[in-house]
Amino acid sequence: MSTDNNKKEPLFSPKNIKLLTSPVNMNNPITVQVLGICSALAVTVKLKPAFVMAVSVIAVVALSNLVVSLLRNTIPNRIRIIVQLTIIALLVILVDQVLKAFVYDVSKQLSVFVGLIITNCIVMGRLEAFAMANKPWQSFLDGIGNGAGYAIILIIVAFFRELLGSGTLWGYQVVPDAFIELGYRHNGMMILPPMALIVIGVIIWVQRSRNKDLIEQ
Amino acid sequence: MNTNSNKYIFLYATVMVVLVAAILSVVAVVLKPYQDNNVKVEKMQAILTSAGIVSTPADAADLYTKHIVREILIDAQGNVVASFAGGAFETGDRRAFDADLKVELSKKEKGETYVMPLFECDKDGEKLVIIPVRGKGLWGPVWGNLALKADLNTVAGATFDHKGETPGLGAEISTTAFQAQFVGKQIFDNGQFVSVAVVKGGVANSNINPAHGVDAISGGTITSVGVSDMLKDCLENYVGYIQKQTQNDSTTVQ
Repeated sequence: MSTDNNKKEPLFSPKNIKLLTSPVNMNNPITVQVLGICSALAVTVKLKPAFVMAVSVIAVVALSNLVVSLLRNTIPNRIRIIVQLTIIALLVILVDQVLKAFVYDVSKQLSVFVGLIITNCIVMGRLEAFAMANKPWQSFLDGIGNGAGYAIILIIVAFFRELLGSGTLWGYQVVPDAFIELGYRHNGMMILPPMALIVIGVIIWVQRSRNKDLIEQ
Repeated sequence: MNTNSNKYIFLYATVMVVLVAAILSVVAVVLKPYQDNNVKVEKMQAILTSAGIVSTPADAADLYTKHIVREILIDAQGNVVASFAGGAFETGDRRAFDADLKVELSKKEKGETYVMPLFECDKDGEKLVIIPVRGKGLWGPVWGNLALKADLNTVAGATFDHKGETPGLGAEISTTAFQAQFVGKQIFDNGQFVSVAVVKGGVANSNINPAHGVDAISGGTITSVGVSDMLKDCLENYVGYIQKQTQNDSTTVQ
């Protein structure tokens, strides 16, 4: 990182843009780093809760990255994990309270999983790996990027699970009744957690077949 | 500055914890009214749904005032202790809506005096009486509302919800398929209170009168038994009230 004050790096320099885009594809927290799988299984039955969960995680990762980065020079090294956890817990409880106040039905569906963002490895991982050593703006972008990488997978998985499992998208019916009369049946298996793993597996397969760099030797 | 000295670490941790606590307290206090309102709206919707009235969070409060014409609290003997209608108290000074069934049921268990809430609903001219119920499932509490027709015997509708029953098994009690079974069932048999039983293995294969039983959920036996017990335990608190009402009303057929 450039610390030269006279030659300030532009806000959206190619390097900063890369912080945003790399976790969405090349360095995706779910499909490449295989973090945050539990919540990806639990909240992806329907699109709406998956979307709210995705937004919540983006907010928590980005803001905790920002806060930790601002404090990084003051945080005592010996209790840094405790400090990081406290900051994450604070933000997660804030998100949970806001959801309970303004999108009550979704917060009920998400139930404990909002609280469990605290234990989501993506958040702690980014704080330790990035925010503790980088400037606030870069850390914030890195948080958005990683949150978005998580979000996009969640939404893809929820899209297929809701479409095939319930025949709806965002709660609206998209599979016409005529299909059902012809003998089409919703796949009840899609509603169960194992199918989320299989969908994630298919996403990883597609991603790796398109991007040979990701294939391990 | 030495950020690794004990003094600094203690100071840092203390300041951080106090700051975080302050932020959380402020947010909790600011958001409390919104959260309480959501809980109230949810309760209204549950009461309306059992009477077959479809509502959304936006219009639940209006529909509630329109359809729920009277809120009544009764004591253990079935006497009305408070009645609230049209925005004013007819007797007493407590609204049934504000009564917490969980608290009242635990008072009953401890042998203290308790009151039981019920709601009179006017659904397009048809009078329904809605009784909230609460009990234990497999993993946590189950609760719901039962709407009775004007004869205070025939079930007009039922809704159930749960805290954390197993999806696909016990959680099926909150599906319309399970709840629809209750419509038309009767809680009295020749004037004797029998409740509606949730029967394992199906009503058809048991010696229970089909008018007083519904089919249990396969694989959800403990939850089904929980619902059955909940209905029996809660409805029996209203037997005194119902008998008083039906005696006063000679046209009612038991």
